[in-house]
Amino acid sequence: MSKAPSTEVIKEPSMLKQKAMIDENFKLLSTANEEGRKVSSTFVPGNLNELLMCFDLARNFPEINALQNGLRKQSGRFIMEAERNGQSEDVCTYVKSDLGMMMQGNVGPTGDPLPDPDVLVLSYTGCFTFMKWFELVREHYDCETVMLHVPYQADGKITDNMRDYVVKQIKEEVIPTLERVSGVKFDIDRLREYLRQSAKAEDDLVWILQSAKNKPSPIDAFFGGVYYIGPIFTAFRGTEAAAEYYRTLRGEIQERLTNGQGPVTPEGDFGEEKFRLVVEGTPNYTNFREFWKMFYDEGAVVVASSYTKVGGVYDFGFRHDPDHPLESLADYCLGCYTNLSLPARIKMLAGYVEDYQADGLLINSVKSCNSFSAGQLLMLREIEKRTGKPGAFIETDLVDPRYFSAANVKNRMESYFQMLQQKSAPRAA
Amino acid sequence: MTVQDIVNRCQALFDDLDFQAVQDWKAAAAGRKAIGYMPIYVPREIIHAAGMLPVGIFGGGDQLEVIHGDAYYQSYICRIPRSTIELGISGRLDCLDGMLFPSICDVIRNLSGMWQLLFEDKYVRYFDVPQNYRDDVGGSFYIHELQQLRDDLAEMAGREISDEDLRQSIAVYNDNRRVIADLYALRAKQPWQVPTSEVYLLLRAGMVLPVEEHSQLIRDYVAAADAEQRPRRDNCRVVVNGVFCEQPPLGLIKSIEMAGCYVVDDDFLLVTRWLLDDVPLEGDPLENLSAAFLHRSAATSAKFEPDKQDKGRFLIDQVRDNGAEGVIFAAPSFCDPALLDRPMLQDALSAVDIPFTAFKYAENTGQLQAIREQAGTFADSIKLWSA
Ligand code: SF4
Ligand code: SF4
Repeated sequence: MSKAPSTEVIKEPSMLKQKAMIDENFKLLSTANEEGRKVSSTFVPGNLNELLMCFDLARNFPEINALQNGLRKQSGRFIMEAERNGQSEDVCTYVKSDLGMMMQGNVGPTGDPLPDPDVLVLSYTGCFTFMKWFELVREHYDCETVMLHVPYQADGKITDNMRDYVVKQIKEEVIPTLERVSGVKFDIDRLREYLRQSAKAEDDLVWILQSAKNKPSPIDAFFGGVYYIGPIFTAFRGTEAAAEYYRTLRGEIQERLTNGQGPVTPEGDFGEEKFRLVVEGTPNYTNFREFWKMFYDEGAVVVASSYTKVGGVYDFGFRHDPDHPLESLADYCLGCYTNLSLPARIKMLAGYVEDYQADGLLINSVKSCNSFSAGQLLMLREIEKRTGKPGAFIETDLVDPRYFSAANVKNRMESYFQMLQQKSAPRAA
Repeated sequence: MTVQDIVNRCQALFDDLDFQAVQDWKAAAAGRKAIGYMPIYVPREIIHAAGMLPVGIFGGGDQLEVIHGDAYYQSYICRIPRSTIELGISGRLDCLDGMLFPSICDVIRNLSGMWQLLFEDKYVRYFDVPQNYRDDVGGSFYIHELQQLRDDLAEMAGREISDEDLRQSIAVYNDNRRVIADLYALRAKQPWQVPTSEVYLLLRAGMVLPVEEHSQLIRDYVAAADAEQRPRRDNCRVVVNGVFCEQPPLGLIKSIEMAGCYVVDDDFLLVTRWLLDDVPLEGDPLENLSAAFLHRSAATSAKFEPDKQDKGRFLIDQVRDNGAEGVIFAAPSFCDPALLDRPMLQDALSAVDIPFTAFKYAENTGQLQAIREQAGTFADSIKLWSA
């Protein structure tokens, strides 16, 4: 029988550093209104973090607040509050967690109050809900909303028309709005400098994620990956701190690789690597450690995931480019995972199964998210067909505790591992 | 033709899940092609200008047995994509040479990719529309998208689509929009003469008939409806909102009417009423279609509303312009666009004291009793307030 998750979590220097960065950002946000610092709110996919930094804007990410509230077991009550106030039980729980938090005083996950935004930067990338989310939020504030519509890569490529459209919006809509709100004039050289930092961090991130190609993998690219993507997907991409964080992390992983060690888990070293999985879909945050434990208790490591690509797909060569600043911001937005067509997602995941020598694909389908979930059953079949590796499908939610049934998930996982075991066992003569 | 004749014809078209009308149209001349499209809006003018038949695909309704479709979707996803897949896999959409998936929500967006995989030999296009309404920004993006569609269809048709072709098609769709506007105006004026269940069937007929024939059918209906006197009931007047994608069963529409509500405006089959005015025939046709989309098209959840003061205004205008007394929000279960928009629209209505009620449905909802009671209670309460 597996033990209950221990309360003592083992932390590496990079984790401590990241925690300090996140805490500092929440502090910065909590004092922003009093100190006259202007505040932007924006979404993770297709965020223009470097650009926002050019206007000295503090950066608030409602999705991050929601997931942090999920990890801290606060999201359930916020969701119920939003539902009591007219939000449907059927819609994304990130939105409801955010709205519920606002209704209950807008105190953020760290206990610090969150500021009123001065501008909502609606990076409309890869998710329909984003548009409604900020329409809903702006009802409560007297602030500007600027839409950045990022067309969908339906045919698996970025056309000139798409790129031009995004660049034009950045030039004609986003930058003028941010100048007006912040009172800071746009300086493209400042942007170039931030993008240079981004590219450095992106190089290291790719190295880190691809380290999972080794056997044993020194990282878990889903549960661990959630931590690794934290800084670069949010308020820190483009900062020196992020570049340094990824340097440190890379050093730690290099060391694990040299020592032939597996990933770090909340309970220490991973132990023997028995199964290598690719995971499609989002984590569940309300029972994050419990869910993770179901993997590492069985010796299952996630070697690649799509979730670590929602805030940017870097492993096929894209980098933010200081020489083409606005165009590369556009390509970044257009290239985020949920902005990719289903055939492109399938190709990517099937490629991961091959390249990372995985034993199979696990899909965690969340009720909240049509952007991820609609079509996942077909993806499962297609990827099984193309790779010849068995897949598994589980259903949970991101931050709504009502939709995480530990017993069901565990059952599913156990039978999946049994099946993988049987497949890999040498046949009796 | 009597009203009943026309309604019977529309009902038969509605019931026909094999799209015989489309097959017949194609069979009538060699080389004809048909292009399917899903809600909410595609510029049908371009398909028409290519000499092809635009065919609206609105799911399988409550008569289709979904055998395969459920295997493609989790239980928490709306019904329309699964019944649409069912229509496709069961061969009922073989008569279509291509499918357009407009950018309305993530379900239809992802369905475009599924279609690419499942029906490899068909033309599949995700049709993106701008969320930026400046002519030089969203407009130029959109014109490129329109041009792309024009080029693709021209290639399929094996001939160029000229500006003149487009203008002629715009003219026939202008005519169609005008007759539908007349039909809606008549219903708002005399809803007892023009029941919504009939209006709905008439509009659905336009999803499979050639537009010229459809316009004539509506003209015939209006003339026939004028010639018949029907009993006037003491119903309240409502606008129905949220029915723009997955369709409620016909029985649900009838239930609302039987419960004592005259529907005087709605967002059914918005493709027919998306553009609010005539599209000009002079000048560049794609620029004209673009300008109409950007500046004079219906407000709906799938479009960003740049000015928060304007959120809900379109709906409030629908209520006021048509003398409605309340709004019925009917949304498909699990429909992000309808359900996320609803609280904002409700707030806008509350601010101007317009009463509303809300429920959810699925295209195959069988139990209508609860909805009928709810609509009935709503109608009673409106009458009480206005007494
Ligand atoms: S629908 Fe999905 S992508 Fe969109 S906000 Fe919710 S969880 Fe995020
Ligand atoms: S019913 Fe709603 S969620 Fe479903 S496909 Fe239509 S718009 Fe999307």
